[in-house]
Parts: sequence; structure tokens; C-alpha cells
Amino acid sequence: MQLTGAQALIKSLEMQGVDVMFGLPGGAILPVYDPIIDSSIRHILVRHEQGAGHMAEGYAMVTGKPGVAMVTSGPGATNIVTPLANAYMDSTPLIVVSGQVATGSIGTDAFQECDITGVTMGITKHNWLIKDVDDIPRVVAAAFHVATTGRPGPVLIDFPKDIANATMEWYWPTSVDDLDLPGYRPVTYGDPALVRQAAELIRAAQRPVLYVGGGVLKARAAEALRALAERTGIPVVTTLMARGAFPDSHPQCLGMPGMHGHYTAVTAMQRSDLLISLGARFDDRVTGKISAFAPEAKIIHVDIDPAELGKVRAADVGIAGDCRLVIEELLSAMDAHGEAPEAPDLAPWWEQIHKWQEQFPLYYDHSEGGAIKPQMVVEQLRDAAPSDAIVVAGVGQHQMWASQYWQFDYPYTWVNSGGAGTMGFAVPASIGAKVGRPDRTVWAIDGDGCFQMTAQELVTATAEQIPVKIAILNNAYLGMVRQWQEMFYEERYSEVYLSPDLPDYVKWAEAMGCVGIRAESPEDVGPAIEKANSIDDRPVVVDFRTDAFEKVYPMVAAGQSNDDIVVHPDQEAQAR
Amino acid sequence: MTPANLSAIQGGKTGKPRHHILSVLVENKAGVLSRVAGLFSRRGFNIYSLAVAPTDENEHFSRITIVVDVESAPLEQVIMQLDKLVNVVSIGELSPSEAVERELLLVTVDVGPTERSQVIQLVGVFGGEVVSVGADRLTVMLAGRPEKIDDFEGLLEQYTVVELQRTGRVALPKLDRH
Repeated sequence: MQLTGAQALIKSLEMQGVDVMFGLPGGAILPVYDPIIDSSIRHILVRHEQGAGHMAEGYAMVTGKPGVAMVTSGPGATNIVTPLANAYMDSTPLIVVSGQVATGSIGTDAFQECDITGVTMGITKHNWLIKDVDDIPRVVAAAFHVATTGRPGPVLIDFPKDIANATMEWYWPTSVDDLDLPGYRPVTYGDPALVRQAAELIRAAQRPVLYVGGGVLKARAAEALRALAERTGIPVVTTLMARGAFPDSHPQCLGMPGMHGHYTAVTAMQRSDLLISLGARFDDRVTGKISAFAPEAKIIHVDIDPAELGKVRAADVGIAGDCRLVIEELLSAMDAHGEAPEAPDLAPWWEQIHKWQEQFPLYYDHSEGGAIKPQMVVEQLRDAAPSDAIVVAGVGQHQMWASQYWQFDYPYTWVNSGGAGTMGFAVPASIGAKVGRPDRTVWAIDGDGCFQMTAQELVTATAEQIPVKIAILNNAYLGMVRQWQEMFYEERYSEVYLSPDLPDYVKWAEAMGCVGIRAESPEDVGPAIEKANSIDDRPVVVDFRTDAFEKVYPMVAAGQSNDDIVVHPDQEAQAR
Repeated sequence: MTPANLSAIQGGKTGKPRHHILSVLVENKAGVLSRVAGLFSRRGFNIYSLAVAPTDENEHFSRITIVVDVESAPLEQVIMQLDKLVNVVSIGELSPSEAVERELLLVTVDVGPTERSQVIQLVGVFGGEVVSVGADRLTVMLAGRPEKIDDFEGLLEQYTVVELQRTGRVALPKLDRH
């Protein structure tokens, strides 16, 4: 069967099981948009290429399937650089196809030419520039294989216009051996000897903590994790990338660690004698000052990426392997050993943990009257939503409040930009999430600063009938920066004020075909949420006018030890 | 890099070697050198020298020999990060004591009538070769162990060196005699 390169590309995507892609056409990618008309793949036309990338990420994060985005050359391709960098930091499988000028024009500074494989080399797991039409099926299959196996990540396929127009005899690679990837061998099982050593350390620990990262979700290991946690009775913390990997409602869950983590999660790690790190990477936002982090803890570090072992903190036992497989190996190693009568009793450790939980729960000032507290909005959104609703956040204060005050009881219900901290992520990512899980309620909890960066994608949502719900915690500031300026720059506020009513978010929402709702006082919050939840035929935007000076607590200041965690001033006063 | 710097990299006369040699087999594909070099700069690792050429008849693979300043980053991290590059097929780590290393030097020297024979004699002693002769200049070539090249380069300092180019070292593991 003879196909054009463009047809072969679309057919290859179909062969990979792609059912939806996000994109925006242009000159160089034009030939590929013709066979899309005849394809089974749903194409969602975005308003800006960054939106396509974040939508594909949101889709991938809730479905576990790779997200696919297509853009044209030059500025089309550079506009999707941020999503690639974001997906690289958060290990999200993302396939970007970018148009490129014809092979004969590459290097001549042709119209809309950009060396996008060069630009994205450091922020993709791998990228390809297709120079031979016969390579298309093999490269597409290789791209999906690389993006979805081992430590997942973004890949880019650069697709010159003349290759799209050339013809080839169709084939489809039937095995991994046909993909021409001699240097790509992702690890799977952990080394059994190391797994036994890890089991020994776990058996001997008196103050252990399971430090659970996003790798557990990537490995679809939530069930295995629960078995391990319940078998051992060890407390669990879930990082910002792992919220939902272990139910917040479970008595062993201590919540989120890190800069704005739960006091108990942060402190239990600090005082622990064994950290069992599963798919986490000792990020600076979790460890605080690394030399002062968990000083007495031995480290078991399980990660599918061998380069993470010892990158930040030396591991006593470092196991390269898939989290689900390694947890299962650990459980069998424990079974083989039988019940260890000499295993230390964790009761004193739990007693200490419960004291911390009682003394320093999450706290904000609930006092009546005045402005809407952003935390209260998150609590009311949570209480009015189904327990399996998907929550999406941008980056900043609202993201921390969402992570702190939502109750995540199911995996793949939390979508946010962790490592890269990409403002503007929430609106497009929520659209992608809703496309991936149309059966679920999808709430984006966004900041006013973030919303203004990518709000135009709500036009896409309306046009494509994707009924997402957006809650703007509108404090009229770039709130997290404002908080830092208040705390560390003597309240010298530099370039952080945005205004509560410029733009008018309700009018803006309506202009984009959404329902716009405003809540200006605490009494408005409940009815606004109720109304938003009653609408399911179009996107809804709720403008919550929140207390501009509310700060995120607890907080570990950048570069400080986690021992110096700062709680809310009211709690501080009470503790004294 | 002056010989003094070089000797620092090699640990001077007494210290332990502070460089390591990585012999990296890569797919011979467009951009692969850029991927390797980009990784080093992105992760803050220092390359001391680098040599690259195809290694098989069909030119499917190339071998990149990289001398890494191990003080810039733990060698393990360098290797692990390199290994993640999809085009990197295998990485051999060669400690200087377990490897044969060679390097090639081309150097052009200003020579007056008296110096010409001195330089030719020196080249002869080191087993080098005069590869180009001008009216008042010579270009000579020397291949050998890097330390030998260092010595030769040091001895040339008394003459006026016009241009000097070293290839960076290439290396393979020493063979087992047993």
C-alpha cells in the first residue's frame, strides 16, 4: 500500500491507539492536516500551541496514555517548548509532532524555520528529525516506546514538509527490535539482593517513613503501595507529584511533605531513621537544605531512573527498578522471611506522630466576616464535588492550598505542574484531563495570575464542548511572590499587584462562551459552587474574590532546614 | 591549556589522577555529539578533552573518548546521565592505569638557521616526524602517550611556537595478559 508521508504519519498514530490529539496547523505541517479529515483521531483545535502541549499533558496524567500534540514549524514549535520542559520535569509521556521546512531548505533560515530538535534536546527524553519518508512508522513507534517506557517523558518528532508529501510503501514495525534503539534498555525488576537488603532495613527501622513520589503513579503502583504500607504499618507521605497515590483518608497518610507540606509529614521525615523513597527524587522543595535533611535517616531509594540514585542524597540501598515491580518484590521478600518476631514496635513512633498531628494540623484563620479565605473555597469545592473528581492546579499559592485542603483518595485525580512550576498550566491541562476522563468532574483551581496566561483556551473548551470548571482564587496579586516579598523583602511589593477586577473575569468568561460567576463575600461561596456544579453543558468560571493577604502555611523558607518549619502565627502563639 | 594546567588535571607529580576517561559508543546519527556535549554543559560537568570518529566499517557507530575532570561531578552521575541518552549504546570507564591512551600533536615552530637542526633533532629523539617545511618554519607531528606529548610540548617552549593543535586523547582498555 502506497501512502504519502502525511498519511503514514496519521496512520502510525492510529496504529499506536491515539484517539485524540491537540494542535494548531500552519504552513509546514499543512500536508499532515489533510489526512486528519479522514482519520478516526479526534483533533482538538487550540488557540495557542502552549495550550495543545498542556492539554496533552493533562490528558496523559489522568489516563496513563501518552498525550499527543501537533504544531507547525518555527513559532508553532517554540510555543510548545514550555510544555515539553514541563513534561520533562514531571516525567509525563508526551508526543509532539512539529512541522519543519523542507529538507532542502533546512539550514537556510527559511520562512518559519527553527532548529527545534536543537532547542528541545535538553528538555525531551529524545527527539527525531525525519529525513527519509520510509522511517516514519519506525520513528513513530520508537517515539511512543521511548515516551512511555522506563522513566516516561516527552519526545518530539520533527517532520519536514517534503517528507510529508513524499510516498512510501506502508509497513508497521512488529517488535521492539525493529525500532533501531540499540542504546535504549529501560530497567524493570529490582536486583533481588538489594531488595532483600531493603527488606532487612525496613524490618530494623524504628521510625520509618514511606516517602512516595510521582514514580508510584507512573508505575501504576498505588495498590502495591497500599499493600506494603498496610503490611508494615509505616506512615506514608505523598509528594506534590504523588497526591492521591495513597488515600489522604487512610490513617497512615501524613499528607504532603516539603516547603508547604503538612507539619507532621515534614517533621516525621526529619526525625525518621529510615526513609523508603519510592519514585521520588529528593527535590529541593521537599528536602529543604539538603545537608540538614533527615539527618538520622538511612535511605532506601527506589527509582526507575538509575541516575536518580545518589544524585542528591546517597542511598544506603539504591534500587533501580519499576516501583510496582520492586514493591511486589519487597512484599515477597518479606513473605519469604515470615513474620519477624524481633521487628521493632512502631507504636512509640505513631504516638509521636499523633502528637504532631494534634498540635499542628493544617490551620487557617476562620474568623467570620471580611474577605473570602482561599482555603475555605477549596474546602467547600471539595465537599461539594464527587470524591473521584479531578483537580487541576496552576502554580503558586492556590496550588499549595489545593494540594493541602483537597482530600485525594484516588490516584490520577490530581494534575499540576510540579518540577517546572509552569504558571498557566491549569486551564489547558484541565481541558485535556476532561477530554481524557469525560465521565469525571474536573475542577481547575487557578490563580488570577495563572488564569491570565492561558485563559484563551476556554474558547477551545467551549467550541469543543468540554465542560471544565475553573475556580479562580482571585487575590489580585501574584500571590506567592507577594508572600515572599512580605516575608523576606520587608513588605516591599515589587511588580506583584494585578487588580481584582481588571480584567472582569465574569465578562471574559462569558465572551469565551462560558458561564461566569462571581463570589465576593463568604456567603456567596456556597451558592456559587452549587450553581457551577449544576452546569454540565459548557465551561464555568467562578471568580472568587479572596483575601489578598492570606499566606500559605506551614512554610520552610528557601534554603532553610526543614527543622525550621514555620507554622501559622496563631499556632505558633498557642504552642508557646 | 598549558602543560602546568595539564599536570594539575593529572594530579601533578605526586597526586592521584583526577581525570577519568570515558569511552562512549554511540549511534552514528545526526546530532549525537551535540547531545553528549549538551548533556555535559547542562549538568555542569566539565569536559577536558574529547575525540570522536566512526568505529565500524558501516559507520553505524562512533566512539567518543571523553576525558572528564572528575572534580566537577561524581563520575557515577556523569555515567548514569550519559547512559540515559537514547543514542548512547555503551559506556566504558577507563582509569588511566588500566588503559592505553594516545594523543597526536601537530605544531608549527619558527626556526632560524641554527634552530632548525635542533628542532629536527628533538623530533627525532621523540620519534616524531617533520610533516611540512617552510623557509623559516617547520610543522612537526608527534603521536604517543599524553605525558610524552606534554614533555615534548614543554621542551618546545624555548622556541617560538606559531600554532599548536592536540587531538585530545583516544583510549582503549589494556589487554589482560593472563
